[in-house]
Amino acid sequence: MTNLGAAKVNLKKLRPYGDIMDDGTIQVAFTLPVNPGPEAREAAVMLCQKMGLDPIKVATMEKAADGFSLFVIYGNMRHTVDFTQIKVLKVEAKKRSREEIDAIIQEKIGRKLVVLGACTGYDAHTVGIDAIMNMKGFAGDYGLERYQWLEAKNLGAQVLNEELIRLIVEHKADAVLVSKVVSQHNIHIKDFKDLMQRVDKAGLRDQVIFVAGGPRVTHPMALECGFDAGFGVGTKPSDVASYIVEEFIKRRTKNAKKSVKARRR
Amino acid sequence: MAHVELNQKTVARCRELAETVARPVEQMIQAHTTVAIERATLRMLGVNGALIRGGQLYPEVNAIVETLRASGSLAQGVLHWFINGMIQKKMPAAELGKAVASGKVDLTKLARAPEAEVRKMAHELCRKGRDGIVEAREVRDGIRSETGDPFDPEGKNGPLLYVIVATGNIYDDVIQARAAAQAGADAIAVIRSTAQSLLDYVPHGATTEGFGGTYATQENFRIMREALDDESRRLKRYIRLTNYCSGLCMPEIAALGAMERLDFLLNDAMYGILFRDINMKRTLIDQHFSRRIIAASRIVIHTGEDNYLTTADAVENGHQVLASQFINERFALNAKMTQDLLGLGHAQEMNPEHPNVFLLEIARAQMTRDIFPKSPIKFMPPTRYKCGDIFYSHLMDAMFNFVGVLTGQTIQLLGMATEAMHTPLLQDRWMSIKNAKYIFNGARDLGQDLVYKPGGIIQSWAAKVLDDTHQHLEMIQSKGLFRAIEQKAFAEVSRTEFGGKGHDGVIVRSSDYLNPFFEVL
Repeated sequence: MTNLGAAKVNLKKLRPYGDIMDDGTIQVAFTLPVNPGPEAREAAVMLCQKMGLDPIKVATMEKAADGFSLFVIYGNMRHTVDFTQIKVLKVEAKKRSREEIDAIIQEKIGRKLVVLGACTGYDAHTVGIDAIMNMKGFAGDYGLERYQWLEAKNLGAQVLNEELIRLIVEHKADAVLVSKVVSQHNIHIKDFKDLMQRVDKAGLRDQVIFVAGGPRVTHPMALECGFDAGFGVGTKPSDVASYIVEEFIKRRTKNAKKSVKARRR
Repeated sequence: MAHVELNQKTVARCRELAETVARPVEQMIQAHTTVAIERATLRMLGVNGALIRGGQLYPEVNAIVETLRASGSLAQGVLHWFINGMIQKKMPAAELGKAVASGKVDLTKLARAPEAEVRKMAHELCRKGRDGIVEAREVRDGIRSETGDPFDPEGKNGPLLYVIVATGNIYDDVIQARAAAQAGADAIAVIRSTAQSLLDYVPHGATTEGFGGTYATQENFRIMREALDDESRRLKRYIRLTNYCSGLCMPEIAALGAMERLDFLLNDAMYGILFRDINMKRTLIDQHFSRRIIAASRIVIHTGEDNYLTTADAVENGHQVLASQFINERFALNAKMTQDLLGLGHAQEMNPEHPNVFLLEIARAQMTRDIFPKSPIKFMPPTRYKCGDIFYSHLMDAMFNFVGVLTGQTIQLLGMATEAMHTPLLQDRWMSIKNAKYIFNGARDLGQDLVYKPGGIIQSWAAKVLDDTHQHLEMIQSKGLFRAIEQKAFAEVSRTEFGGKGHDGVIVRSSDYLNPFFEVL
């Protein structure tokens, strides 16, 4: 049997694609803390072999500074993964527009949802929280302040966790968005966990939806820190609002069922 | 050099408005001092030790000034008490500083020497403090001429290549800084640990742990400058050192920077108010004294208007940047700085998908150059629209470098392909420097060969931004600076006169306030 078309992807044995199916081509760039030379080149090749690359082409070896050489390398990866077996935790919420979200809150909840946003700890980078909260929004998607049925308040930068707890209680927040940009020494994870410990202590976990955000934030990582959801780079305000509304209604239904059960008993 | 035709009457009117806006603020500045000014004063007298408090090194100047503030004695100035203490105890400044900080001497309980004697000695010591700064400046000038200095404030030698290091560990920073210099960088900025600006004291000693950067300390300044002196001599090209003179310790960082021969300091009259929520009065009073020190040291400051464009839309808010530059210029001149020391900041932060975005960026960069021809213009790279696509990011930086060299910018903070991902790796910096060298060389004299078409997109945009700036300054002048900031004149941020951090560190001067630095600097 002759096969005249291009080869089809094998999802059971997935590999990177360069220009031919299953060629496994990847590029890597890294610096070795040694001067360039034949030995440095060999060291770079050996490291790539250990990564599972074969064959290996050193595209360039450059002297980046005294005692440092930079490599750009192409290689063909021998490893594969079974795509059909992959399961990823992700935020489960139907993506809705601002108008749809406002309409749902009006009809099904009947009051404004209070959403607080903050960049916490000593982090002063408000780009993320501003993009989600501020009227203007991000990439043409209006920020939460623009939503008629959200009472959105951006607390800005460097809000300490203890202060945030106080503000959550004071504003009777329904949802809290916490943004962390600085991630050196995993400071963002430490701060996230510290906040959630305080949340537990204050008994706020079931009453408030906690959302983490930032360039180094993923949903599974946010769950691990005790948050309800996590959003990373490229998230639009409406993504966050869609989640908050759906989660709020889900929780309310669950609580209502619980109280019905309790009454029956 | 290419330039945009601007209505010079409007430019002159803008400067006039900035002067009017600054006038009542200057009166307020002269009526007050702050804890930070008093601490900087002691530091310039030589009190730069630390004691252990709560398991950490804590500056003696903080201990001394706090005690005086607690007893309500700071209105006369720390020197009123401290110089008398030196006379009574017959101790030099550093020794008395230690004794007072550790609680062995209570300055307010000592007998008073005749006022004339106190004043005379205060004058002498402040003159000596100033002379120390001038000496450090002369040492710096010596190394610059010995090694060869590529810097020209007017940007005629092409943009200076400026990169940041930010490992958190000063010794790792040194490795990164040397590597960057070898790759071709002309200036190194050591990014500060995040939120240092909100500490009301300057940490002490060499530090190896920081978040998003490395603590600014006197010892860290010294370690890095020493390494760069060495590297400058090896490369036969003077490498500049930059740090951050903002936040609650602005005057002290200026003093330490002057002593340790820093070349550049980020220093802005309003940045702390807008972006760090530091009290308005505190910031404005502190910026004045810090700039008096900077003027004596002839450090080049970099103002922070680039930040406006990261929070507010860069296409729509060019006029806020220019209005702020006029105000920053005026406050700096009022603090005895000269135009060649004013690195006025701006940035290439417009949405890359905006039609003809480079024409608008060229207009903005060129008009900044043309309105402040004597000042070293600091051009900041795209950050706002950067994400993990390092290839696109590298291309954005290339276009930024192109605009920079075309329009004669003086100091080009090089963008990093990995912006928005991590603090730069050695290879990120290397790649970025190679990008800049390529473009700065290849388009070096392009600006001299080009004329912008009259009535074209670039000229029209520049004219529009200037008109908007004029309107904006008229508005600020009619409301006064405090009210204007409250009503979001800059960066869509609102701050109030009595809000923000550090207001409790602002003190009304008494009629016998003593601080001869205000005369000798």
